[in-house]
Amino acid sequence: MSEAIMDPTPTDWNGKIMQKRIARRYAAERRFKVMGFLAVTLSTLFLAFLLFTMLGQGLRGFQRTEIAVDFDFPALTSGTTAAAISGPNADAALNSMDIPGIVELAISQQYGEISEGLLTSGAAGNVRQMLMDNPGLVTSQQQLWLPVDSRLDVAFKRDGERAAEQTVAALAQKDALRTGFNWTFLTGADATDPSAVGIWAAFKGSLMTMAITLMLAFPVGVLAALYLEEYATKNKLTDMIEVSINNLAAVPSIIFGLLGLAVFLTVFGMPRSSALVGGLTLALMTMPVIVIAGRNAVKSVPPSIREAALGIGASPVQVVFHHVLPLALPGILTGTIIGMARALGETAPLLMIGMRAFIPAAPEGFTDATTALPVQIYLWSDEVNQGFIEKTSAAIIVLLIFLLGMNALAIYLRNRFETRW
Amino acid sequence: MTGTALLFLVLGLGLIGWIAGRARAAAFVRSAKNGPRGTVNSLPYYHGWFVAICAIAPALVFMFIWQSISPALVTNMVLSAPAAADLPQEGFARAAILSEARAIAQGFQTAAFQDESEKLVPLYKGALSYYKWIGVAATLLLLFAGGAYAFTRIKPDFRARSKVERVVMFGLLVASLIAILTTLGIFASLIFESWRFFSMVSPFEFLFGAEWNPKSVVTPGADNGYGAIPLFWGTIFIGAIIAMIVAIPLGLMSAIFLTQYASATVRKWMKPILEILAGVPTVVYGYFAALTVAPAVRDFAVMLGVSNAASDNALAAGIVMGVMIIPLVSSMSDDSIAAVPNAMRDGSLAMGATKSETIKQVLLPAALPGVVGGVLLAVSRAIGETMIVVMAAGYTANLTANPFATITTVTVQIVALLTGDQDFGSPHTLAAFALGLALFVTTFFLNYVALRVVKKYREAYE
Repeated sequence: MSEAIMDPTPTDWNGKIMQKRIARRYAAERRFKVMGFLAVTLSTLFLAFLLFTMLGQGLRGFQRTEIAVDFDFPALTSGTTAAAISGPNADAALNSMDIPGIVELAISQQYGEISEGLLTSGAAGNVRQMLMDNPGLVTSQQQLWLPVDSRLDVAFKRDGERAAEQTVAALAQKDALRTGFNWTFLTGADATDPSAVGIWAAFKGSLMTMAITLMLAFPVGVLAALYLEEYATKNKLTDMIEVSINNLAAVPSIIFGLLGLAVFLTVFGMPRSSALVGGLTLALMTMPVIVIAGRNAVKSVPPSIREAALGIGASPVQVVFHHVLPLALPGILTGTIIGMARALGETAPLLMIGMRAFIPAAPEGFTDATTALPVQIYLWSDEVNQGFIEKTSAAIIVLLIFLLGMNALAIYLRNRFETRW
Repeated sequence: MTGTALLFLVLGLGLIGWIAGRARAAAFVRSAKNGPRGTVNSLPYYHGWFVAICAIAPALVFMFIWQSISPALVTNMVLSAPAAADLPQEGFARAAILSEARAIAQGFQTAAFQDESEKLVPLYKGALSYYKWIGVAATLLLLFAGGAYAFTRIKPDFRARSKVERVVMFGLLVASLIAILTTLGIFASLIFESWRFFSMVSPFEFLFGAEWNPKSVVTPGADNGYGAIPLFWGTIFIGAIIAMIVAIPLGLMSAIFLTQYASATVRKWMKPILEILAGVPTVVYGYFAALTVAPAVRDFAVMLGVSNAASDNALAAGIVMGVMIIPLVSSMSDDSIAAVPNAMRDGSLAMGATKSETIKQVLLPAALPGVVGGVLLAVSRAIGETMIVVMAAGYTANLTANPFATITTVTVQIVALLTGDQDFGSPHTLAAFALGLALFVTTFFLNYVALRVVKKYREAYE
């Protein structure tokens, strides 16, 4: 038809022009491949950079600087005996001892004029705990290692304020400083002094919130998935349910926070910033994730299982609850764990329901005001005090360890129990 | 007795009902085997469930209803007492005193800020315990009545299984309806509070005003600083422009490399690593953006000669948000490229096209609808993202296209407006719900279109 097809001269593939063209095309091919490789590498490098930054800063958060303080307990306590501060009345006896005064006296005797502001605000509590654990200390002269103030802590670990640096240099010369593991960080609660803060309160709050979320979202999610996959007939209502679930899975989390604020707090009058309200809000957010994962798991159970069960006389409910659900459970659990991991890292909805207050104690019940681990990270990141930087990163490390652990568990479950039909 | 204790008591009694019903039915089974009465219709444990459900369900429903109506009854009882007569008549002050007295009586609060509420505390305590015991008694009564009724119904020919299964089906339906209920709840609460907001501030000012500087006292008709255009622009600039400039090339190229070029081993290791990016909590990204990326971006801007670079600049927030989105774009592109029929790719390769030419000229055009759908989902994810922008972008509304300037977004302002005192009578608090409504409608629309596009495209190749 056209001239080109009729053209009798074949293409000269070995000619200069064609060779050049091929070389150009191959170069483009290589460039494209390198671009793809760079994209993957760049994403990975960013992740590595993020993790190393957090590790680099956060590991210091698990350490604290301690200072040696000599306590001449018999003189300081005017001869309190070990028996007086042990036994059932130990608490009251220790309370009447004015331990903060004793600590202040001891440190000013030893360090003189620089003693002002050497110790962290929680140091007296530490001494009290030591006496509680070992009442025998009170009858002897002891050298105790107590955590120092956050300014000195920062100055000892890296660069701090000039005045603090000078104090640290003077103390280091006397060999009075050492680095110890910061147990307070794992057992304590929020505080105004970064050297006295801990994540236990926030962690407990997160656990309680997650417990509520799991208790509500898991059963509802599984039942809804079973209904939609196994029983629902195609009608308007089913369509509406499906649209709702797909939409809820993509609604920004902050909107769930607004819902929690308007409905749970204002209409139902539930206690603000409690684990109960946090759990309810996150459950609404997690439920669609579980439904979608659950539907996929239920769908992958082959129909022959259902037909066999029906064939030997099982009712439709028995088919699902005795046969389909157990086979789909690993898939459902994987989806649930991933959904729970997402809920554990979620911050914005919890801020909406009031979890941004300063709460210096771990919650006792589900209606107590509490904070959660990601919220605690956010609150600490807002602090101006330099000492909070490493604490924030350390809290992030703890959070990431839990999230990675949950995701690893999900992957393990999927690999271990997933059946290819 | 607290609500939790009552709940456990009800559940415990239900368990006893289950055991009793099962035992009675089991006795029938034994006698049916020996005697002339024929077979028993349902297995014993179905009878057990029947008794347990009949006992627990009415009690739980009653507890739920009682939970929602008893506060009103308590308030009525307190108000009818003579001590409550001298309360201020004005609605707001009255409600504040009542809610404080209630909080103290329930133990949520320890000290009163208003003297009047102090007096009401004993009244509240009395009324609360009065109605609480009525509730407990009625719950237990219902429980025993339901259990006893069910227990007498147990006979060998009683169709316990079909009854229980009907309840199960009902439970399944209710569980699915919760999704609709949640959507309606979101919609209703956003619409309701936004409507209250728009009765104070004109919708016209909100949607088209260019100045965002919210005042807590509004004058109708005047400019009250509720113009949301700078917020919408900031949201689009950070979420839909900067973040996408980072996420689309990286995500798309990663997907292409991993599906078309990488060996199976590389793919096996790299895919989960990319997924980790999606699993990192946003608060961590926000902290990273604020602490590490933002200062670096500012130094870079100063190096370029931009003098007014802010430390909380839009670029840092956008870049980090883009990195967060990479896995989403990558997995959506991955799916759509994999859905292109192999015949198309093989045909192109057979004609002598190189791999990259095949990808660029055959696979990508064919997969484009799926990729676009994925990008729309990614945009919807990015504009609803809160923590990164709260921590890394600023609070100042700024209508500018300078990426080194401070720009605020819708989500940042929702958080800012709801921080501190929340007062559902002031436009300050209500504006957050209007912003939330705008965000909800936008993301809903984006998700709907994205899912439509992806679905249509999948059908085209099936």
